[in-house]
Amino acid sequence: MSTVEKVGGSVATYVDNRTGSNRFLARNLKKVFPDHWSFMLGEIALYSFIVVLLTGVFLTLFYKPSMVEVVYDGSYVPLKGVMMSEAYASTLDISFDVRGGLLIRQMHHWAALLFIAAMSVHMMRVFFTGAFRKPREFNWIIGVTLIALGLAAGFSGYSLPDDLLSGTGLQIARGIIQAIPIVGTWGAFLLFDGEFPGTEFISRLYGVHILLVPGLILALVTVHLMLVWVQKHTQFPGPGRTNNNVVGYPLMPIYMAKAGGFFFVVFGVITLIGGLVTVNPIWIFGPYTPDQVSAGSQPDWYIGWLDGMLRIMPNWETVLFGYTISWNIFLPAVVIPGIVFTAAALYPFLEAWATGDKRDHNLLDRPRNAPVRTGIGVMAITFYFLLFIGGGNDIIAITFDLSINSIIWFLRIAVIVGPPIAFLITKRICLGLQRRDREKLLHGYESGRILRLPHGEFIEVHEPLTPKERAVIESAVEAYHTPLPAAQKTDANGVRNKHYRRQNLRAKLSHWFYGDAIVPPTYDEIEAGQAHVAHDAAIEAPLHEHDVDTTVMVPFHGGILHTEGEPATNREQLEERGGNL
Amino acid sequence: MSDLTTRDSAETPDHGHGPTTDGDGTDLARPLFTGPGALPAADVPHRPRASDVNPKAARRVERQIAAMFMLAVLMVILFVIAYVGIDPYTMAYVPVLGEVGAQNAALGFTFGLGVFAIGAGAIQWAKKLMPDVEVVQERHTMTSDAEETDAAAEQFERGKEESGFGQYRLIRRTLIAALALFPIPLVVLLRDLWSPKNGGFGPSPSEVLSETAWTEGMPIVTDGTYVKIRPEEIPVGGLVSALPENINEIQEEEHNLNARGKAAILLVRMEPDEIRSQQGEGWDFEGIVAYSKICTHVGCPIALYEHRTHHLLCPCHQSTFDLADAGNVIFGPAARRMPQLPIGVNEEGFLVAKMPFQEPVGPSFWERG
Repeated sequence: MSTVEKVGGSVATYVDNRTGSNRFLARNLKKVFPDHWSFMLGEIALYSFIVVLLTGVFLTLFYKPSMVEVVYDGSYVPLKGVMMSEAYASTLDISFDVRGGLLIRQMHHWAALLFIAAMSVHMMRVFFTGAFRKPREFNWIIGVTLIALGLAAGFSGYSLPDDLLSGTGLQIARGIIQAIPIVGTWGAFLLFDGEFPGTEFISRLYGVHILLVPGLILALVTVHLMLVWVQKHTQFPGPGRTNNNVVGYPLMPIYMAKAGGFFFVVFGVITLIGGLVTVNPIWIFGPYTPDQVSAGSQPDWYIGWLDGMLRIMPNWETVLFGYTISWNIFLPAVVIPGIVFTAAALYPFLEAWATGDKRDHNLLDRPRNAPVRTGIGVMAITFYFLLFIGGGNDIIAITFDLSINSIIWFLRIAVIVGPPIAFLITKRICLGLQRRDREKLLHGYESGRILRLPHGEFIEVHEPLTPKERAVIESAVEAYHTPLPAAQKTDANGVRNKHYRRQNLRAKLSHWFYGDAIVPPTYDEIEAGQAHVAHDAAIEAPLHEHDVDTTVMVPFHGGILHTEGEPATNREQLEERGGNL
Repeated sequence: MSDLTTRDSAETPDHGHGPTTDGDGTDLARPLFTGPGALPAADVPHRPRASDVNPKAARRVERQIAAMFMLAVLMVILFVIAYVGIDPYTMAYVPVLGEVGAQNAALGFTFGLGVFAIGAGAIQWAKKLMPDVEVVQERHTMTSDAEETDAAAEQFERGKEESGFGQYRLIRRTLIAALALFPIPLVVLLRDLWSPKNGGFGPSPSEVLSETAWTEGMPIVTDGTYVKIRPEEIPVGGLVSALPENINEIQEEEHNLNARGKAAILLVRMEPDEIRSQQGEGWDFEGIVAYSKICTHVGCPIALYEHRTHHLLCPCHQSTFDLADAGNVIFGPAARRMPQLPIGVNEEGFLVAKMPFQEPVGPSFWERG
């Protein structure tokens, strides 16, 4: 035993005596994680969050969360002598007078953008593969909460430099808070210590940004990961993979190296981007003043859809008993986002209730095998992107020389009509793919090998599926579910069913969810089909070899390639030849 | 073995590394660990990698990985050199990126590439030299078994009995009352987030929002240069961003930009006959009209003015107002017209406000009515 091993061993014993860590290690070092590229999305989110934390700590050492007006005297010449808040001045100092400060600031911003982007795409992966189903509903809710917190973290951070752009964002936020009925005006005054902009808000927001929100995110991320650990990761269907096992690589050494390495890759990429690509050049915008704004004001990308909603909303406002209700702000900025996030958080429960599915799901769905869910997901994405376009409508209008009014009118209609159309198209595509899968299971795949039969007929040879492909496609059998039976008004004895309405709704939803799905073949049919294909392929293959002698040209008659007196199929020909090829 | 099995444990697992019948793994560049925790999934297809079967390839991979780690070492050294050696104010031209701060780019490049190389090396190690045979582990349902559930219920019942929570109704109800009121101080404490600094109760939020710095006879000054304006200085089609004369005094006094955020106005001059309507009779001065600069939607300052159509467009959410038609909304999400400031000239010939704004400026609020 080398010295290193001896020391390592005694350290392990020392810790174990106090924490029982060896028991944990014995159980978990061999823990198996399945492999798939899409499982890295959550990892990217986690790692970019760590980068955000690390760079954020550095920034707190130099940033001054104060709105006290000072005269700028740093090294950025165009702003020398300009009055500005200490917050803005210290952000300029970080950018120009602290060596590596700009790098860290840009890394912080890029990592935050990546954090939210990775969370969003991770959420899509989880949604479309049905990974949120039992037993993982809690983790889904935590995930939705994390995205909401990510937006809060991003927006609060974006507002701290107190440049013209971030101040405009805060001004809009103030307008939104003020539009909340009954409590809005007081709420805005309490948050901003009176009127906008006041002198307190930056320092208050600072506490939210560096303590409250990241603390919550950190706590929830911890629970999120613990649940993944305890529940074990879901896996995609494949050879040897069942609902009751995990096929993959062990934590030690494979995932320690892969996931650990991937942390450095993400860190490295963020650092490279932070060093080489400018983000949020606050020195260009100048200090915040409430009577100025720059054209083309854009929020960070993740706020774009909310801003878009605010932009395309019709200008409804009512005055009721002397009080103003600003529907034009309250609906798009508060109510609809609230509904979106609530619906997202509750989706697993809605789906489970509608489908009556109480099983554990550790094997992921292929999106096509849940056409309605996939349709709903694409519907949500369509909704999101239309609003996102709305958030950049001025940029689009200028870039493509379009009328901004037409863009807004288009979006007002599209945001209502577009998602249902996207739903229908997606569902149809899914069903089409299901049909093709069914074909493949029963008749093998089209090999692309064209064969001319002795009598001139051209056929495409079908080949049996590879074990891997078959295992993947076969998952449709388990994913298939018949709709719940229709609710009965009375039972067999004529007693009125008290729960009829609820059951009827549920049966209808279940029918909507499962009703159109293509019935997959049974395992027996698949077995028979694949054997058949294999057999045929075996027959067709040698015929092709032996066909060199045949030189008869067969005329083509309306698509039927057959000459009278000659065998119509391989099988007939085979029989004619007495089984000899 | 515990919960690790092969799917097909009757047969010797095929590691997918070619024939393993000799059992000593001599055909592998490096023998596979075959103890518990490394049992492969029997029916998962697997193809050996070059580094599994060819010792030369394995050594090549080893060199690659070591090279990446060495690159990381080198980059850290270069990082320190760049930190110390490059002047922070030097600019450098980088293809594609254009002019960049030399030190910032160098720091980002060296640090980023170094960190990336550590990760790339580790991943290459995992992918090429560590076993790539997938293994199987059984799952267990999350549900506790009946025995555990019973035990939990029993413990809970016992605790409930012992505490007497069900028995002492008075205690239970008073406890609920106490706990229900407990958060109230936490909420009450938030009241002074907005506090009138003189200790008393100041004006209500709606009163504050309804007032601006404009008073009768207040001279109008330009934004930025703070000089008083004569009507003839504004040409037809011209646009001037303006403020009340005392805005800087107020700012000095209040130490904030609140007054500026409400009082900012736009002066626009058009031919008097182009003005189709105004918010009050004679609120213009010879074709010069003054409107609040703060959008009635969510409060962005507006500065995009098209002098031919007299349209004012908010850059934030594209609300459009017609200044020739009493500042009414003609498009976009804003619900209310831009408030107009009645203006005239004083005896010295400078533009002044004839009276304060007659309605609150800026975004709507509940009490506005």
